Amino acid sequence: MSTIVPAAVEGATPYAMQSPWRRIVSDFLANPLAVFGLALLALIVAAALLAPVISPQNPYDLAQLDVTHGKLPPGAKAPGGGTFWLGTDDQGRDMLSAIFYGLRISLMVGAVSTILALCIGLAAGVTAAYFGGRIETLVMRIVEIQLSFPAILIALILIAVLGQGTGKVIAALVTIQWAYYARTVRSAALVEKRKEYMEAARCLALSPARIVFRHLLPNCLPPMIVVATVQLAAAIALEATLSFLGLGLPITEPSLGLLIANGYQYLLSGKYWISFFPGVALLLTIVSINLVADQLRDVLNPRLQR
Amino acid sequence: MLVYVIRRSMQSMVVLFVMSLLVFVGVYAIGNPIDILINPQADQMDRERAIAALGLDQPLWQQYFVFVKGALTGDLVRSVVHATSALDLILERMPATMELAIAAMLIAVVFGLPLGLWAGLKPDGIAGRSIMAGSILGFSLPTFWVGLMLIMVFSVMLGWLPSNGRGPTTLLFGLIPVSFLSWEGLRHLVMPATNLALFKLALLIRLTRAGTRESLLQNYVKFARAKGLRNSRIIGVHVLRNIMIPIVTVIGLEFGSVIAFATVTESVFAWPGMGKLLIDSINLLDRPVIVSYLLVIVTIFILINLAVDVLYSALDPRVRLTDARG
Repeated sequence: MSTIVPAAVEGATPYAMQSPWRRIVSDFLANPLAVFGLALLALIVAAALLAPVISPQNPYDLAQLDVTHGKLPPGAKAPGGGTFWLGTDDQGRDMLSAIFYGLRISLMVGAVSTILALCIGLAAGVTAAYFGGRIETLVMRIVEIQLSFPAILIALILIAVLGQGTGKVIAALVTIQWAYYARTVRSAALVEKRKEYMEAARCLALSPARIVFRHLLPNCLPPMIVVATVQLAAAIALEATLSFLGLGLPITEPSLGLLIANGYQYLLSGKYWISFFPGVALLLTIVSINLVADQLRDVLNPRLQR
Repeated sequence: MLVYVIRRSMQSMVVLFVMSLLVFVGVYAIGNPIDILINPQADQMDRERAIAALGLDQPLWQQYFVFVKGALTGDLVRSVVHATSALDLILERMPATMELAIAAMLIAVVFGLPLGLWAGLKPDGIAGRSIMAGSILGFSLPTFWVGLMLIMVFSVMLGWLPSNGRGPTTLLFGLIPVSFLSWEGLRHLVMPATNLALFKLALLIRLTRAGTRESLLQNYVKFARAKGLRNSRIIGVHVLRNIMIPIVTVIGLEFGSVIAFATVTESVFAWPGMGKLLIDSINLLDRPVIVSYLLVIVTIFILINLAVDVLYSALDPRVRLTDARG
């Protein structure tokens, strides 16, 4: 393939000569919807990280709460001269602040469980593909059986057996998700294993550890990044569902799911905002991650590369 | 065909055996079975009697047989809270969950197929694009929150539909209590079923769209067009029939996941099914019910998988032939 640079775009680097990273970035930016998703996600992450700074009040400092200001509708005037833009809950807590803090917890649980599951799944999948034989059969059988049951069911079972708490929710999420990574990385590694650079590495008598970590793993990463993005959204949604059912995080760490559950009892009396706005925050988080994942899938897919 | 069914049934038995072993290990080896299966309020004498009755003083492999025998005869353990056989309790709740799941699946199919077909035939039109955007939203919306919003709009603001429960039930064939036979029951059913259907609806739309777009490029469709067949006949006979095979499989397989996801919807709408029972049991630490639920749901899953595989091989002879040879 020859690259002919038209005179009009003189000065621009030809597509084929760009570094892989720059190519990925420029491909990603080509889709406005994905850019919108990424910007939204950045905004959400920033809000979560900066929650203590940007929140109008500290929602968990009991001294700042006043029950007489409970269940105020959105836009009500706060005593200190401010405004409860999204209303207050039954404790007189500013919903906007509660959502910022809730985002923090939801994103933290999602990110930690995704990273842990990624590491475990990566190790299991690569081991299965690289060594083959009985190890591979065993690992893939477990993956197959696990994936034939829906995630919510496995989560409920694990929570029932393990008990409740933040650590246990993360453990349950990791147990559910490792299988997706293991399956993806195994199929990617099986393809890479047959390529010439792997043969060359083996001919050089490099140690298996070096072959796996320096040669095999980096080349299996693109599909893993896509799966990790999708699974991050799934983890956040699942944690919210568990917390809503009262089986997830403890009341001392109110994630978005717990905030929504808290508003459930006031919904029937028309006080919609206690459940509605945390749900919107959850929805925006999941949609923005899914938009990014959709575009990453196209950008990182070698079959679609020009 | 018979050989295939027998082979496949034996495989299912093996999976069932492995799963019962897993549940057994999970409950007996990881957790403390005395805590899990015996009422924590029982006194010392009751505890010892229960330990002997459950065979917990015997070696582990013998305990497994006691466990399996209990599971098969339906007298595994008694619910701590309800003081009846846990299995009976679950079977009593099963019709409600099944009704909800079947209604949800029906909604997903009735709306998903035509919408997916439309989006597949006109992928660049406004309608096609809107349908696809809607399906992305369907994937992203957390089920329980959509349930709450449905209650907010249709029960609180508009006051059209009741927000919880099953309503009055009528006996179907004089045996199974169902809601859908009476108008009041139907009004109770509509909202939870729609809520449960949303995710599967999005999935079916995507599947049908992809299948339609793929089969439109096939030679048999081109040939049918060249022959001058009417468009409705090409789509109704040649396209639809060929995309039905994967769709039937997915509908079957997803039915199990609908039953599992019903736990969430049942909790939102206070629908008295198995899933609500499970959540209540987890919150009340009624572990015998949890164990029984586990065994029941695993059995349902394995039966569904078996049924789908057999149905699949009936629809597509290629599957049957490769499997019989291999």
